[in-house]
Parts: sequence; structure tokens; C-alpha cells
Amino acid sequence: MNVHLSYAECPARERLQRIVDPGSFHEWLPPAERLTSPHLAALGVPSSFDDGVAIGRATLAGRPVFVAAQEGRFMGGGVGEVHGAKLAGLLRRALRDRPHAVVLLAESGGVRLHEANAGLIAVSEVMRALLDVRAAGVPVVVLIGGANGCFGGMGIVARCADRVVMSDVGRLAMSGPEVIEASHGVDEFDARDRALVWRTTGGKHRWLTGDCDALVEDDVEAFRAAAIASLDASAPVTLETLEAEHALLAARLALLADVSHEDDAVALWSRLGVADAARVGDLDVDELRALRPA
Amino acid sequence: MKDDIAMNWNTLATALFGADHALRQDGDLLSGTATFDDQPLAVIGTTNHASIGVRLALAQARAVLDAIARHPGRPILLLIDTQGQQLRRRDELLGINRAMAHLGMTIDLARRRGHRVLGLVYDQALSGGFITSGLVADACDALPEAEIRVMRIPAMARVTKLPETLLARLSQSNPVFAPGVDNYVAMGGVRRLWRGDLRAALREALREAPREDRRAQDGAARGGRRLAAAVVQRVLDAA
Repeated sequence: MNVHLSYAECPARERLQRIVDPGSFHEWLPPAERLTSPHLAALGVPSSFDDGVAIGRATLAGRPVFVAAQEGRFMGGGVGEVHGAKLAGLLRRALRDRPHAVVLLAESGGVRLHEANAGLIAVSEVMRALLDVRAAGVPVVVLIGGANGCFGGMGIVARCADRVVMSDVGRLAMSGPEVIEASHGVDEFDARDRALVWRTTGGKHRWLTGDCDALVEDDVEAFRAAAIASLDASAPVTLETLEAEHALLAARLALLADVSHEDDAVALWSRLGVADAARVGDLDVDELRALRPA
Repeated sequence: MKDDIAMNWNTLATALFGADHALRQDGDLLSGTATFDDQPLAVIGTTNHASIGVRLALAQARAVLDAIARHPGRPILLLIDTQGQQLRRRDELLGINRAMAHLGMTIDLARRRGHRVLGLVYDQALSGGFITSGLVADACDALPEAEIRVMRIPAMARVTKLPETLLARLSQSNPVFAPGVDNYVAMGGVRRLWRGDLRAALREALREAPREDRRAQDGAARGGRRLAAAVVQRVLDAA
């Protein structure tokens, strides 16, 4: 029925159109309204009529949802003032209108440096608005599979959501490998070592550690199916859930206390109970799915 | 640089709570219970321009969770001095973004459960170290001599490949990218600066800080962030 279409290679708007029900996406503040960043213009940097993010309402499996998609091809999906306000506005509207879910197709290097202060504040406004929506029982689902990954402030935002879906080529982290290499040298993190980058930030790693809730192929249809499966994934935040999260993260930190730099990813997976941890790099998505410890 | 005149945490704590304050430093972590106007106040923070890695994010989250569990409703003061997120591969492997999200979510939960949560940037606040502390509190204030930034202009010029002279010139009139606590006030990210009587400033903050997120409106009213509030409203009103 469907020809395989790479999620990573799709532009944001096309991705969005294909994730939701055909023809159901209704965009708010579309490019025709020419809502651009005045800060980029002041710097003489090309701007975009949507400031790098499309937002609106749609249906998913017939149910009303709000959606947003960041365009990695524009400023790496960086969050500026307008971009961030569109995301925050969508979430505020979700709090008011209560769709069945908010689906965020995240692809971002984090804060856009050209308007970094505004972007930093905006990311925190998105966080607060997202947690309001989550507290209201409307699940927020983040899809990560774009070529630019999901980094910086957006990497934090993603982990505030009810559910995270990644492909094996997706990346989720805080600081990019290049930034870490520039700061502490190539021995700390060789940004050109692709296998190391993927072991540290990639979808397979995030799946094995539970940092993402679903692992899918790099396929738009697979992401759509995972988004539909997440429609009722509301996971309220309580003191008990945060205590459990704390225990998990503290235990994970302790797991590597005695492990040196070499092969620490494999050591981590192994100590988390993954069988055949050394083979993870060679396994496909189906095989990986079966490996996650209960 | 500003580091020369920034206030030491102990000097600040002494000014706010007296010399017998019970705040303690453990490495880069600050914590303890202070008494202010005869009421207990949970104080959680960092010092030494702390680099926030998984361990320090978790240590702060632990303190917030303890305040929620053991002292329901007790106000929380976050004392902020950070150089940003720790730039280490091991932290990325361990999911530093998840640990920071966790810290932010503990603060968010504290607010929801009725704790008044205030941030105070007393020295410096950079990037990721700030997003999940002061920027998710009810409100964040700062000392006038504090420094808040994502990136200094020379580094920004290198990364963006824009002329440093252009950036320096534009930063005079536009607060959106250049370092500076006043820029954050103008954009609404910092509510106000504490000048003069620090005790009076804390008293005012505990009483007046808004519980809802008004930063975009503040930024518009102060002229430093003219679009955010209007764009949010346009999204709310869009047909």
C-alpha cells in the first residue's frame, strides 16, 4: 500500500501531512501570513515565512490532535522568539481546547544562537506550557527522527513529554558532539566517529535505556503508527512517578561509576541487562526491540 | 570581568538570613533550611560556576523532592550560579537531557503542589544550567552584578560567521542575543533585580511573584521581547 518514505529525509511539512490523517492538517499562522524573525533580518540572515515551525490542528486515526513540526533545514530547527512562541501558543491552546493529544515532530539543535536569549526563555516557556498540558491529562507525544536530531533545550523538552518515539537514525541529547569536542578535545568525544556518536545519542541507545518509549524504522508510516498508538499515553506527573524516575537515573549513574571511557555504552547496556550488548550496533530495529530489559 | 564583583553565596546568605544561617556547601551543591521572617525556607542551589552534569542535576532534584515530601508548601529559593550543562560525553551517554528535564519537572511539581518557588541568579547563569532551574520557577530574579548569557559575542561571531562589529553594534539596541542581566529583565526572563535591601527584595518576591507564566507579557511591556506574547495570542485566536 505505502511505498517506504524516509522520515529523516522528509521536509517538516511533508512529514506532518503524512503523519496525520490525509488532508486533515489545518495550519495556524501559515507561511502566507509571513511571520518571520525580525532578529534574523536585522543581522542580514535569510528568514523563513514560518520561522522554521509549522503548527496547527489535524486528526489522527479520526481523533482531534494538535501538531507541530520543526524544520531542520531552516537554522537547524533552532528555537528563536517567534518559533518558540508558536510552540508555546500551540500548547496554551491545547490547554484551553483539550485535543486528544499534542504531537510534536521535534527536530532542533536547540536555542537559535542569533536570538539566543529570546530562544532560551522561549524554551522554558514551552516547557512550562507543555507540563501544563500534560497535567491536564492531554498526552504530549514527541517524534524524533530528523537528520538534525533533537538537542539542547529541545532535548530537555522532549523528556518532559508523556511519550517519546524515535527511529534508529534519530538522535536525542543535550550538547552536540562537535560542541563537546571543541570544549574538551577529541579524546573526550570524537565528533567524526559516527559509531560513537550513535552509541551515545542514537535511537538504539535511547531505546535500550528507556529514554524513548518506542523505537521505529526510519519510515513515515512507522512514525504514524507509533503516534496513533500513543494517543492514550497520558502519564500524569506525581511525586511517586518523579521518585521512580529519580531512582532510575540515580541507579544508572551508579552503574558506570567504575567504568573507564572505553566502550562505556556497551558496559551500560550490559549492566542494564541487555543480552548480547556488544552486538547492538549490528542489529536491526526489530531485533533491538526484543532486547530491551523488562 | 563581572566575576570580580559577584556576590559570594555565603555573603548573600548572611545578608538574607543572618550569620547563623544553616545553609551548607557540599562540592558545588548548596542546600539547607533558612529562616526568613520566622518562616522556614528551603534553599537549593549551586556555586563555583557549577557545571551541571547528571550528578548535580540529580542532587538538586533530590533536594526539591525532599522539600515536597517532607515540608508541603514550604517556599523554595533556588540560588543560581552555573556555567551551563556539563560538556562531557559520559553525561550525554547517561542522558543528561533526561536528568535536567527531571530537575525541571520536580520544580514544576513543587509549584503545582503549592510551593512558592523563586529563582535568584546571584552570580552567573548560562544556557542549559538555567533552563531547568530559575527559568521554570514561579519567577526568577537576579542581583544587578550577576551575568546571564548563552554565548559571548566573540564566540557567537565565530559560530554564526557574522561580523563581531555588527553583533556588538546591534546588541546596543536589541537584547535578544547579547549577554547581560539587563537584557533578560527587558525580555521578561528575569522579573526584577534586587537592589539595596536584599531582605526587602526577598520579602517582596515571596509576596508578589506571579504563579502563572507572565514573562512574554512582561517582555512586551518592557520592550525587550516584542513578539512572543502577540504570537501566542495569534495562535490562540487563529481560525
